[in-house]
Amino acid sequence: MSFLIDSSIMITSQILFFGFGWLFFMRQLFKDYEVRQYVVQVIFSVTFAFSCTMFELIIFEILKVLNSSSRYFHWKMNLCVILLILVFMVPFYIGYFIVSNIRLLHKQRLLFSCLLWLTFMYFFWKLGDPFPILSPKHGILSIEQLISRVGVIGVTLMALLSGFGAVNCPYTYMSYFLRNVTDADILALERRLLQTMDMIISKKKRMAMTRRTMFQKGEVHNKPSGFWGMIKSVTTSIPGSEMPDLTLIQQEVDALEELSRQLFLETADLYATKERIDYSKTFKGKYFNFLGYFFSIYCLWKIFMATINIVFDRVGKTDPVTRGIEITVNYLGIQFDVKFWSQHISFILVGIIIVTSIRGLLITLTKFFYAISSSKSSNVIVLLLAQIMSDSWVNLQGMYFVSSVLLIRMSMPLEYRTIITEVLGELQFNFYHRWFDVIFLVSALSSILFLYLAHKQAPEKHMAP
Amino acid sequence: MKLKVLPSILSSGWSTTPEQALTPGCSKMASLDRVKVLVLGDSGVGKSSLVHLLCQNQVLGNPSWTVGCSVDVRVHDYKEGTPEEKTYYIELWDVGGSVGSASSVKSTRAVFYNSVNGIILVHDLTNKKSSQNLYRWSLEALNRDLVPTGVLVTNGDYDREQFADNQIPLLVIGTKLDQIHETKRHEVLTRTAFLAEDFNAEEINLDCTNLRCLAAGSSNAVKLSRFFDKVIEKRYFLREGNQIPGFPDRKRFGGGTLKSLHYD
Repeated sequence: MSFLIDSSIMITSQILFFGFGWLFFMRQLFKDYEVRQYVVQVIFSVTFAFSCTMFELIIFEILKVLNSSSRYFHWKMNLCVILLILVFMVPFYIGYFIVSNIRLLHKQRLLFSCLLWLTFMYFFWKLGDPFPILSPKHGILSIEQLISRVGVIGVTLMALLSGFGAVNCPYTYMSYFLRNVTDADILALERRLLQTMDMIISKKKRMAMTRRTMFQKGEVHNKPSGFWGMIKSVTTSIPGSEMPDLTLIQQEVDALEELSRQLFLETADLYATKERIDYSKTFKGKYFNFLGYFFSIYCLWKIFMATINIVFDRVGKTDPVTRGIEITVNYLGIQFDVKFWSQHISFILVGIIIVTSIRGLLITLTKFFYAISSSKSSNVIVLLLAQIMSDSWVNLQGMYFVSSVLLIRMSMPLEYRTIITEVLGELQFNFYHRWFDVIFLVSALSSILFLYLAHKQAPEKHMAP
Repeated sequence: MKLKVLPSILSSGWSTTPEQALTPGCSKMASLDRVKVLVLGDSGVGKSSLVHLLCQNQVLGNPSWTVGCSVDVRVHDYKEGTPEEKTYYIELWDVGGSVGSASSVKSTRAVFYNSVNGIILVHDLTNKKSSQNLYRWSLEALNRDLVPTGVLVTNGDYDREQFADNQIPLLVIGTKLDQIHETKRHEVLTRTAFLAEDFNAEEINLDCTNLRCLAAGSSNAVKLSRFFDKVIEKRYFLREGNQIPGFPDRKRFGGGTLKSLHYD
């Protein structure tokens, strides 16, 4: 009986998440386009719903809501469904779409998409070999095999994003890094841009007039074609010197157009910087500036910890919350009921991690989608891009969620880890933590390098008169 | 009248007009008057292909995304075939981007909207959203231009009053006509007719990959020519701001009511 109640609660929450994913898809991502195929939307919402349910189960685990056995059952079911979608359905669907948009292979779509899917599965499998993930006593198609591979991809993705985000966040928030841009700079650049446009126009005028006279003289083509054409052009047109003129002018025009594009982008950049400067003077801006300092300290600490973990080959056994409480108790001599407080605090911590990661993911998805989709307005191409992107994003998101479950295990006290361990089987969790640290470190350091180079290079461009 | 010309450029076939004074060594034909026409629309509707078609009478082989602004020049005979025929340069400024761009990009784009004499609004017939975005495009361009005369900047909503007062000639062009299936054509063309009415503009629907759409003598070419003539007249001949007499009737599908400009 209680099982039924629990199941109904779970299913209701799943439907809620599904609805939320659907709305997000419609309102945020596709609000400027007419999407006619609903399959992608459905898949996206379903994956989103199941991923959120996993997090929900973790929270229920901490709060000890619902029956333990029903929780276990739902965990297993959730995992199975997600893995099914991630590994089987979505890659096949992506392959199908790519194939169906290549005209040559249109006839045997199904066949080719199956082939594509098999290649994907092959590489997916090979992915697991170099990593010491599993103990060899599991069969080929067990859940553990799939999860381990999905986990690797997801953890890599998470670490890359975290590394970049950890460095980029203080860089964007803090106004220390903002270059000084005055109105005079912007005006000067705009003047240059307009001057370049004028030069392009005058050259084009000349070309247009030349073409017109040639057309009126009866020569439609200005390029000699073929052997006889070349001979003819040499003999008949004594004023044939206008032809090389055209190609020469065209080259000059191309160079000028490239210059105008550069100037346009630089001007847009300057405007953006000026807006940021104005924003940083407001109250909100100051608040974010302060946050930026705070985050930069946090990032440095994380990088430091990652290095220590790798260098000293150490994996933390206890979670930070319990450790924090222990330290507090030891240093301050305050009597705490450790168990009681650790439950609540870890709940809050895990909740915050979950919420920020979902939010961050959705925001990144939106930005990424706008960046890609703004280049084409044609329905067909947008649909294609959107579908491929959504499908791969769905894949990545699912993997992200699965692996964040793996990593959250680290932040939870021992007694809550049991269910995750039970459900996910015997994976080498330590490996994942180590892998995360390595990739995080690599990503953070390379982002620092990249941002440093970009920052150094920019002021020099504007110094030129 | 003797003209000092470079022998390579002029020949007997050209109808010479007194303005064509070329000094040797200076290769610029700077003496023709010019007008500036903006070509606005969403990304991917076909503005670059259209401009290429208008200026070079060729189909654009490899369209790519326009960054910033690309300009091309068309030589136009004002009042062709009449004794007052005169040649002008028409600069077509093809501004790239989307209405939802960041405000820094919009501010940068605004530098191109100075002293505009005409606007061509391009939309994709297969994409309704691009037609709806035309309102925002026209507001973006016109607000920039109307500021010196003291007209209030609207809050972004479409306001027919503003278009009634607008002095800058507009033309609405719908592209990718070939991709509309025969059965849907009537419905699409009705919608675009209403759109053009809202702007008090003429409309042309064509396929930028087909040279014959703008063949000389076709109705599209006539409309285009009339639009350019109107732009030139507004710039060079009509200083008082009067409407050109004899504004041509527009075709109506489904019997819409006649809209009249109201000058209070």
